[in-house]
Amino acid sequence: MSYIAKPKVHHPSLKPNAIGLTRRDYEGALTTLCAGCGHDSITAAIIQAFWELDVEPHKVAKLSGIGCSSKTPAYFLREAHGFNSVHGRMPSIATGAGAANGDLMMIGVSGDGDSLSIGFGQLCHAMRRNVNLLYVLENNGVYGLTKGQFSASADSGSTSKKGEVNTMEAIDGVLLALTLGATFVARSFSGDKEQLVPILKAGLMHKGFAFIDVISPCVTFNDHEGSTKAYAYTRGHQIEVVQADFVPLRSEITTEYEAGSVQKVTMHDGSVVNFRKVAEDYDPTDRDRAYAHIRQHQEAGEVATGLLYIDPSSVDMMEQNDVVPTPLYNQPFETLCPGSAALDKLQLRYR
Amino acid sequence: MRRTDVGNPDYFHKVVDCQWACPAHTNVPEYIRLIAQGRFDDAYIVNRQSNVFPGILGRTCDRPCEPACRRSRVDGKPVAICRLKRVAADQKNDVSARIPKAPEVKNGKKLALIGAGPASLTVANDLMPLGYDITIFEKGPRAGGLMRINIPSFRLPEEVLDEEIGYIVDMGVNMKYNTPVESLKAVLDSNEYDAVFVGTGAPKGKELVIPGRYDSDQIFIGIEWLESIHFGHVTSVGEKVLIIGVGNTAMDCCRSSKRLGATDVKVIARKTRKYFKASPWELEDAEEEQIDIVENLQPVRFVIEDGKLTGMEFDQFKSEEIDGKLVQETIGRVILPCDSVVLAIGQDNAFPWIERDIGLEFGKWDMPVVDKVTFMSTRDGVFFGGDSAFGPANIIWAVEQGHQAAISIHQFCQGEPLTDRPPQGQTLASTKMGLHEWSYSNNYDPVTRQKMIHVELPERFAKMTVEVEEGFTAEQTRKEVERCLNCDIQTNFTESACIECDACIDICPVDCLTMTVNDEEPVLRTHLKAPAEQLDQALYVSGALKQTGRVMVKDENVCLHCGLCAERCPTYAWDMRKFVLHLPYAGVPAPEGTVAEKEKVSL
Repeated sequence: MSYIAKPKVHHPSLKPNAIGLTRRDYEGALTTLCAGCGHDSITAAIIQAFWELDVEPHKVAKLSGIGCSSKTPAYFLREAHGFNSVHGRMPSIATGAGAANGDLMMIGVSGDGDSLSIGFGQLCHAMRRNVNLLYVLENNGVYGLTKGQFSASADSGSTSKKGEVNTMEAIDGVLLALTLGATFVARSFSGDKEQLVPILKAGLMHKGFAFIDVISPCVTFNDHEGSTKAYAYTRGHQIEVVQADFVPLRSEITTEYEAGSVQKVTMHDGSVVNFRKVAEDYDPTDRDRAYAHIRQHQEAGEVATGLLYIDPSSVDMMEQNDVVPTPLYNQPFETLCPGSAALDKLQLRYR
Repeated sequence: MRRTDVGNPDYFHKVVDCQWACPAHTNVPEYIRLIAQGRFDDAYIVNRQSNVFPGILGRTCDRPCEPACRRSRVDGKPVAICRLKRVAADQKNDVSARIPKAPEVKNGKKLALIGAGPASLTVANDLMPLGYDITIFEKGPRAGGLMRINIPSFRLPEEVLDEEIGYIVDMGVNMKYNTPVESLKAVLDSNEYDAVFVGTGAPKGKELVIPGRYDSDQIFIGIEWLESIHFGHVTSVGEKVLIIGVGNTAMDCCRSSKRLGATDVKVIARKTRKYFKASPWELEDAEEEQIDIVENLQPVRFVIEDGKLTGMEFDQFKSEEIDGKLVQETIGRVILPCDSVVLAIGQDNAFPWIERDIGLEFGKWDMPVVDKVTFMSTRDGVFFGGDSAFGPANIIWAVEQGHQAAISIHQFCQGEPLTDRPPQGQTLASTKMGLHEWSYSNNYDPVTRQKMIHVELPERFAKMTVEVEEGFTAEQTRKEVERCLNCDIQTNFTESACIECDACIDICPVDCLTMTVNDEEPVLRTHLKAPAEQLDQALYVSGALKQTGRVMVKDENVCLHCGLCAERCPTYAWDMRKFVLHLPYAGVPAPEGTVAEKEKVSL
């Protein structure tokens, strides 16, 4: 909380993007989260990503459930559409919204409780269906709103602020996503915007379900020694497996890479993700090897980060189900409501 | 870069752009806050400590503070610092009880100050309370120097002068009016004085010797003419008046002409507007009074017909700026008709009364050789200050030089070495009042600079003494004080407490902050969240941070001092701390001050 709003003045060098908006135009209300919350840094990264992609804010839907994380859509893109759903039910709303208006760029923000406990089934099925949605899981390992109980992502052996040891195994969102056939899987850290922003951009441009697990320390309840989701712990144990540079379709490629050092993956719209491999032999398009690699790091007590897996041939839910591509609001009334004669005809088919 | 040393008062002092730019280092943000609280007496006293003449300067100062003001880099217009000073002076109650007094028992040292202008008066102001027996020799009938005789009363009313000069004179200065000093040697040889201070200004207007100069009685020298108006010796002028020169004296001359009955007044400039010496606001005030400012003319001769001045002939130039330099080419001649001409092309010093064989060396331009730090001439015990020391400047420089000369005179009379200058001190104290509460108004107010209300033209032309500026109204004052960014409330960083959570960086509205790998300054300046291109604005650099070894860098340039970085900081690594600069004055060393505990962590 802060008593004053963020002043509207900005640095003289602040530049507009291709559609004439500055980064400040992508901001939302002032955050009410605790000072130092990782979620706020993710919000800043999301703002940066949308600005860099020249997205028109009114063509975005931002969705969330319940929890600290789920408050954050209020803090970016004040001019976008928003929906705060029932706890854990954001994927259903997103599925419906996407079906009704496939032109919307959708971003869902959730937390470890909202995703891995109450909304676990919803998350799984959204992945399975490959809903065209960027799903950001702000992962801090605790229930912050209810004063810091362990969440489902708390690592076994980590301790609470009071010293209590967690004995249960953690659900790892990234491994889960790889198992369920998610077509875009990444892990990042709120304190590393250089890594996070390109992943968010690639995720927004991915046609299908883009899952990003972002370690986001809870500064109030889970930033102590013994926590495996603290700033210091994450910095000490983060291993960047791949570095992803996102190059939008219309951009000129200016970065030069040493031959053989980069793996290019072309996305459905022609955008390119250049993977600079930090770990040797890592292949971000090989699901099984990615899984094995991440497990290996996990066993060693390390947190593998980066855009870990991408399926460039992803077919999203709309395409799979042959949903009419024109958004419903643009359909003529006669098509949306063809009348009782058409209904009778349809019903005849089921007799 | 090396870790910034905030223990040196210069670092945070420089962040307070106005205070740093002010020759006397007036604590501007502090007095603006006091005005905001309606504490006009306190605001006046804070001013008076450093600049001695708040009421006078609040109307006439050259305002070096305003071009420096951070607000102008944020929304284009500086805070109206100067006119707020006037608010404090106008609204205060009787502050005479708070003006320093001279002790009954004197310290046995006698001083002679020559000339009763701002420099001498400042010396008297600083040294009277220490018990000196001071005599001021003034050639005119009253004190004030150029402040009284050269600045027209429509800009500076007599009551204001009388009050502020009175505070000093009434300490018991021995005033010798109508007593021009005709020989410095005589003063020195009298052995009456332990030290002598020369504050005689630059009283000689520059001449323009071209054909016809001495063929008319309607050709005047600016500062002499203003003086004659002041004393009532000149009460009229021709209908058409040309003012030659475009400095601040020219502005006073053209506006005075209007009040003496001239209907067509032109100010003639050799160069183009960008190169004018007059302050932009003085040019605006003149133009508001329907005065033409004509560029690109250089005087050739006065046109005299039948012994009467009828015009002036000029070379006309075409001006072009090439590589930042003004290149002028003559394109013809032009005659402008006129009845009177006032020459306002500059001032010179004149020391016909100082003998050249008394061990007081004169150097270039026939100016005395004066030490830039101690203000002592090459003759021990003879000090200079104000325009007489280094040529024409302005009142606020004269005041500051008076302060410095007073320190030297005191040390000289006490037998201490003059080069041991007393150091400055600083206090840094947190302004934190609660979780998100600060003891200053931290919210940014987007209100624009308030426009000074001026008296209507016919009314002001009717009399020489009608003050043009009405002063800010209460409502204007309320708005203008909120424009001050409180640059003295410093963002103070304690690196040991930082957990590198990015909260401060994300919240900063003006992208001042960056955590990055350390590097040399030129490289670092290009690697920040927003490029730090204002090279005279410092970078505040921390030591290596605990978790990543990066450094926190703050570009001071456009910081709003809104305190949001400190509000969003979970560990109190950022704090808003009030910086107070302690200045030394004669016999009053600056308190050393305290720096709040550096490594205090709240968790």
